[in-house]
Amino acid sequence: MRELIKMVVVLTVLAVLSGGLLSGFRNATAARIEVQQLKFVKGPAITAILKGVSNDPIKDRFAIKDGETERKVFVGKFDDKANTVVLESFGKGYGGDIGLMVAINMEDDTIVGAGVTTHSETPGLGARAKDDPGFVSQFKSLSINDAFKVTADGGRVNAMSGATITSRAVCAAATEAGGIYQRMKPQLTEKLKEFNK
Amino acid sequence: MAKTLTQEFTKGLWEEIAPFRLVLGLCPVLGVTTTVENGIGMGLATTFVLVFSNLLVASLRNIIPSKVRIACFIIIIATFVVVTELLMQAFAYTLFLKLGVFIPLIVVNCIVLGRAEAFASKNSITLSIADGLGIGIGFTLSLAALGSLRELFGANNLTIWTTPTSVIGVQEVFGPHFQPFSFMVQAPGAFVCLGLMLCLMNLLGSK
Repeated sequence: MRELIKMVVVLTVLAVLSGGLLSGFRNATAARIEVQQLKFVKGPAITAILKGVSNDPIKDRFAIKDGETERKVFVGKFDDKANTVVLESFGKGYGGDIGLMVAINMEDDTIVGAGVTTHSETPGLGARAKDDPGFVSQFKSLSINDAFKVTADGGRVNAMSGATITSRAVCAAATEAGGIYQRMKPQLTEKLKEFNK
Repeated sequence: MAKTLTQEFTKGLWEEIAPFRLVLGLCPVLGVTTTVENGIGMGLATTFVLVFSNLLVASLRNIIPSKVRIACFIIIIATFVVVTELLMQAFAYTLFLKLGVFIPLIVVNCIVLGRAEAFASKNSITLSIADGLGIGIGFTLSLAALGSLRELFGANNLTIWTTPTSVIGVQEVFGPHFQPFSFMVQAPGAFVCLGLMLCLMNLLGSK
């Protein structure tokens, strides 16, 4: 009996200590990890989809509340006019969540560009969503207010061959971005005014 | 017979160099050694986990009940692996992108659990640290050796370390006209190179 209690106590104490240590480490590194992700994954994606901006979208970012979640929004200025917002949304892919950055022109609600950020898709198949710009460029100049679907589901987006699940996930992410955009439009318009001052 | 600190440290570098002598921990050995840099990064991450898990297991060796020792070791090892993952994301993000899934896989690396079970749970703290450091550095050296062989013939480069602004290493070692064997940086090349290395180690050790 004593041995049994000892086993339970030792395991519990170890697990609690390890949990505490990890949450401490996570909090301590969270800010730095976010900076690194911005620099190496999200940053390049944003600069790729916002070609020809006159500001630094990474610097001109803000966070707004969307219900419970906090969303990061990046601002793009064209000809010194802040009219473009970049939102990140997620879709369920073959190997986990796929992050998609969608840049939206707020004047006419069209997509300026889209790019995949974080993903864990199969290299050579689903990973082409990130590596091959041809697929995501289909979203360019479509209206954000539509739902996006691949052609097999009756939509307008041509799926990548061999990567239907990934293609659907990217469409779902784009649709979600549209939903977020519509919900937040009043707040976003307010915020953009500050950048235009 | 008590062994000295230096003996415990140096045995990991040659006598018991893990991937080549004990043929342990082959998943990262085959998976990440496409370049020297990846090999060194993976080796250092494993060394970090190994030293700290050995330290903790050795200091708790009289408290941990023997029936649940493996579960305790895994908790300790997994904690340090996640710490490594977080630190790598914070300070070496490009390396983290390259190594990806292999970092969490250190948890199931049999070298780490093997040292905890076979060495640290029976020896003093200082000896265990020396052992972890030795085995870890030996592991790093083996990964770097295999990585350099594969990168040299497979990509005609030798990159020791990449910083965001510059690359430390030699590009185009054999000159611009060398046609790289892309076979070497793919999975079959890993097996062939490992086989050749094992063969060489047996040859050297057979006297």
